[in-house]
Amino acid sequence: MSNDQLAQTPLFDWHCAHGGRMVEFAGWSMPVQYTGIVEEHQATRTAVGMFDISHMGRVLVNGPDAARYLDRLLTRAVVDMKPHQIRYSLICNETGGILDDVLCYRVTLENGEPSGYGLVVNAGNRHKILSWMEAQQTDFDVQLEDITNTYGMFAAQGPRAIEILDPYVSCELTSLRYYTGQVAQVCGVECFVSRTGYTGEDGCEIVCPAEQLTGVWEQIIQAAATVEGRAVGLGARDTLRLEAGMPLYGHELDETINPVQAGLDFAVNLRDRDFIGREAILGFQRDHKQSVRVGIQMEGKRVAREGAPILLGDQQAGAVTSGTFSPTFNHPIAMAYVCSSAAAPGTPLAVDVRGKEHPAQVVPLPFYERGK
Amino acid sequence: MKQEDLRYAKTHEWVAVSEEGGTQIATVGISAFAVEALTDLVFIELPAVGKQVEAEQPFCEVESVKAVSDIYAPVDGEVVAVNTALPDALETLSNDPYGAGWIAKIKITNDAGLANLLDYSAYQKQCQE
Repeated sequence: MSNDQLAQTPLFDWHCAHGGRMVEFAGWSMPVQYTGIVEEHQATRTAVGMFDISHMGRVLVNGPDAARYLDRLLTRAVVDMKPHQIRYSLICNETGGILDDVLCYRVTLENGEPSGYGLVVNAGNRHKILSWMEAQQTDFDVQLEDITNTYGMFAAQGPRAIEILDPYVSCELTSLRYYTGQVAQVCGVECFVSRTGYTGEDGCEIVCPAEQLTGVWEQIIQAAATVEGRAVGLGARDTLRLEAGMPLYGHELDETINPVQAGLDFAVNLRDRDFIGREAILGFQRDHKQSVRVGIQMEGKRVAREGAPILLGDQQAGAVTSGTFSPTFNHPIAMAYVCSSAAAPGTPLAVDVRGKEHPAQVVPLPFYERGK
Repeated sequence: MKQEDLRYAKTHEWVAVSEEGGTQIATVGISAFAVEALTDLVFIELPAVGKQVEAEQPFCEVESVKAVSDIYAPVDGEVVAVNTALPDALETLSNDPYGAGWIAKIKITNDAGLANLLDYSAYQKQCQE
């Protein structure tokens, strides 16, 4: 795909003007880094990182049957969601394969009144999920609206994110609990603000009308700069989420992977409800032989990248799905799927990195947890 | 070494050729442009001294946070020295890429590969494309 066919976020010109190294990601032209992955990663862990996440798909679900309809689609319950609430959930097919991992929002206005539902889906799955949603719509009175292009979205993440954002946001951010959100004025612009993220840090994600995004972003990034905060590209977004043990669709998750082996049981509510994929997932819960997602820590500095075979003795036990050099721990880390006999923490393994075996071991996820 | 006096492979290695006791030695490193493009280097796997290398074939690997990259030999020959200080001081590659950041010295057995190298201005032009 040539560059001129790529979609551009409302911040495209800003990225180019600020040294963003632009790359293709899921059909979008996105900054992979500005000054360097390690620098941007550390800024997020110690101060605040600002991420353009406008490429993520945003879909509103309204109508009398919206809750019941989403409850059928999502592995996690929706009908009992209270105003402000946000839930991480999966969308599975009938065989329990993961179509996407999403955030489901009980959209809530500034006065506290709920107003329909929202989904944020992976950029690369947006069209697939929209088609899937339309195909499941027939028995429900719902309206779907793809607002990906009319709104942009950014995240401010890090231990100082809340204090930096607070003066610019009309609602009381410190009392907005983790995984809640609402409509609020940000720099005088009506946005949707949520206490969510994909870095393992505290912070917010903000959905903002596309034409006002650059203005809002510039004000917040100026404030962030006063505490050594900075814009962060997709490169550090990947190292941050990997340290936090968070799966990435297309790597740890796809349609051949089910929620149980992905270790995402917490995102599946099986009791007293029905949803697409439920029967299959019940079956996977009884299958103790399937391969599972684990953390891998390497000895030495060689990085095990996606696809690297994992060996237990002289047998292949699995393969790496994401790997990087951890800037926080200063050694390589990876996530992988390995057979159940190789999955216990402490299991000594080897990873084949470009034809050479390197010692490694299974470690619990996440690699990184922020201090509370 | 002055970067203007070096020759460059299309794959971003620089090469300085010298005469030592009747044999030609190629000193090899990677250009400032390559170091800048790779960013966040975390590891280098130096070739073993004595390793036979072939022109335009990988003989060394450098790992950044984002990806692993091959470094290619510019000539046929034998590795006679490697910069053992580098693995513990990767910042040398960006601080002094054409001096203390040298990677390996290759005793040239066939210098045909040299003819494919670019001079400084031709390499600069490639980097701007």
